[in-house]
Amino acid sequence: MTEAAIPVSADKAKAQSAFEKRLKARHATEQRFRFYGLMAIVIALSFLAILLTRIVTQGVSTFTVHSVAIEVPLDPARIDRTNLEGTNFDIMVADAVLAKLGEKDDDFGTKSEKVKDLISPDFGFQLLNMIKANPAIIGKTVSVSGPLRANADLYFKGEIKRSTPEEERKLDNQQIDWLTKLNASGAVKTGFNVAFFTKSDSTEPEQAGVLGAVVGSAMMLMVTALLAVPIGVMAAVYLEEFAPKGRWTDIIEVNINNLAAVPSIVYGLLGLGLFINALGVPRSSPLLGGLVLALMALPTVIIATRSSLKAVPPSIREAALGVGASRSQAVFHHVLPLAMPGVMTGSILALAHALGETAPLLMIGMVSFVPGVPAAFTEAATVLPVQVFIWENASERAFHERTAAAIMVLLVFMILMNAVAIILRRRFERRW
Amino acid sequence: MTTYRPSLANSGNSMTSSILGHAHLSADKAGSTKIHADKVNVFYGEKQALFDVSLDISQKAVTSFIGPSGCGKSTFLRCINRMNDTIPICKVEGTIEIDGQDINTRSIDPVVLRARVGMVFQKPNPFPKSIYENVAYGPRIHGLATGKDELDAIVESSLRRAGLWDEVADRLLQPGTGLSGGQQQRLVIARAIAVGPEVILMDEPCSALDPIATAKIEELIDELREQFCIVIVTHSMAQAARVSQRTAFFHMGRLVESGPTDEIFTNPKDTRTQDYITGRFG
Repeated sequence: MTEAAIPVSADKAKAQSAFEKRLKARHATEQRFRFYGLMAIVIALSFLAILLTRIVTQGVSTFTVHSVAIEVPLDPARIDRTNLEGTNFDIMVADAVLAKLGEKDDDFGTKSEKVKDLISPDFGFQLLNMIKANPAIIGKTVSVSGPLRANADLYFKGEIKRSTPEEERKLDNQQIDWLTKLNASGAVKTGFNVAFFTKSDSTEPEQAGVLGAVVGSAMMLMVTALLAVPIGVMAAVYLEEFAPKGRWTDIIEVNINNLAAVPSIVYGLLGLGLFINALGVPRSSPLLGGLVLALMALPTVIIATRSSLKAVPPSIREAALGVGASRSQAVFHHVLPLAMPGVMTGSILALAHALGETAPLLMIGMVSFVPGVPAAFTEAATVLPVQVFIWENASERAFHERTAAAIMVLLVFMILMNAVAIILRRRFERRW
Repeated sequence: MTTYRPSLANSGNSMTSSILGHAHLSADKAGSTKIHADKVNVFYGEKQALFDVSLDISQKAVTSFIGPSGCGKSTFLRCINRMNDTIPICKVEGTIEIDGQDINTRSIDPVVLRARVGMVFQKPNPFPKSIYENVAYGPRIHGLATGKDELDAIVESSLRRAGLWDEVADRLLQPGTGLSGGQQQRLVIARAIAVGPEVILMDEPCSALDPIATAKIEELIDELREQFCIVIVTHSMAQAARVSQRTAFFHMGRLVESGPTDEIFTNPKDTRTQDYITGRFG
């Protein structure tokens, strides 16, 4: 008996220890997997943090601007009343600045030229407009204020430093001395850069803003939404609920999935050939951009709508058909409303994607310099991502901080859209 | 394989007092045929699901379809209101007549047919809307009520007939999906009644319910049979015995035997029926 019992208990102990080993290994595997998952999230979040930090640190300086107020004597001898447009107001502004600095222009105008590099040409236009509005002010002294030129602004922001060798910086020692003196006299003020939000693109960085691009993006997105969402939803409803299932619907489905994967620049080519060459849609307009992006967003909207229609339980369709609803009544009274949260989310995701799209717009010539706000859907416009692209390609350093600032505006735009998507979803879902 | 196909004309006189302890209709009451099916074949693609089913279903009686899973009883039920039309690969052959009128002809609109032949499904499927809306939906799309008052009256009487009014009268605007399973199933029955059908098809209406809710539904079926021709598919032979006056047994896509319920249960003519009823298979 004992002889037999010993090996049995030994076996048991062995089995027990093997079991414990396996259990330990299982726990270890689980711990490892949790750790991997956590690491994946940490890595993803840190990339996001790096991206956002870089954009914010680069762009946040755009939102402050250094401006200056100057008293300019309007000397009647220097103003040609018959030809106001031809009068050189810029030199008068420069002289006023030099006078304030206790300097005098030399015969060659070198100093005034150097001053013009510090003061925005906008001052001259301000004087011109003031005189046009009220010619009686000629002979008096008026005050004008406005932003410093980009390089002077960058000096105050610390981007241009005196420690850099003179030949390597945009401002020479004399200009820096003048700026220091102006600042000491209290003429230079720091403020919020309102112009960035109220002005459109400009060749002068200190005058450049995103308003035109924001309005252009909004108009283009409106065209995209009005085309892609109804057409996409209707196509999906037909394919999912009405079309006879067969070879043809399979072919169409495969092609829609393929279209969703087509590189966006191909849609730009299509837009170029179809909308510009064949249909004569005005180039560079929000209408054209919206049409092209609608083509691009369509497959995504269709796929999202189809999958949310598929997710509606068939019992709802049967219930509606069972009480004698027609097929379209069953779809529009019951199935589509239930699918609406998914349709909304899919559509807004597609639109957010379209909002950030650049490549097809470059293809259809939306890359041009547009200094104003578009007033109509057929007028030339620029949009946010293209504005980012244009500014990033600019040679002046001051445009680069505006690039980052424009990206921030684009991100805010997208966050707002996503917020709208979530709100709409909640509202539709509340209808059980 | 022979198909046993009794006609309704000689079925009434075979009814005697029930061993199974439920009330039977008298012969003359169950006498008239409401639905007449002749050689119905149904195909799902290549696969044939029903073979030459011919059956008469009588007015003002409960007819139950029994049989093992996949025997075709639900398929046949769904032929009666052309629910199979919604399945693209499904093809129906043969004739089904309601009151002598072929329902598969072009002149019959399935939408109108489904208003005449209501249906209750296996899983309670109220619309995710209010209790009121659930019942009012059918009358509204068929234009049965001319005003709000009339619609309210239809909703109330339908809920009363479905035995649900007392439980939901004070919360008509709350979601129908918030009711218990049994209440949902009665709501669905009220929804079917609201359209004023002649026939109500029930596809295993109690299979998702607990015994108490089941008892309530069975009670309701018994009350409703005075006004409607009811056809019920059931997995439970006890239920068939309790609620139905006539029973049809399906096996492997064929109608094996049909007749008065007590006869099928006490004296089946086919050995397959006998085997099924005594629990040898299925």
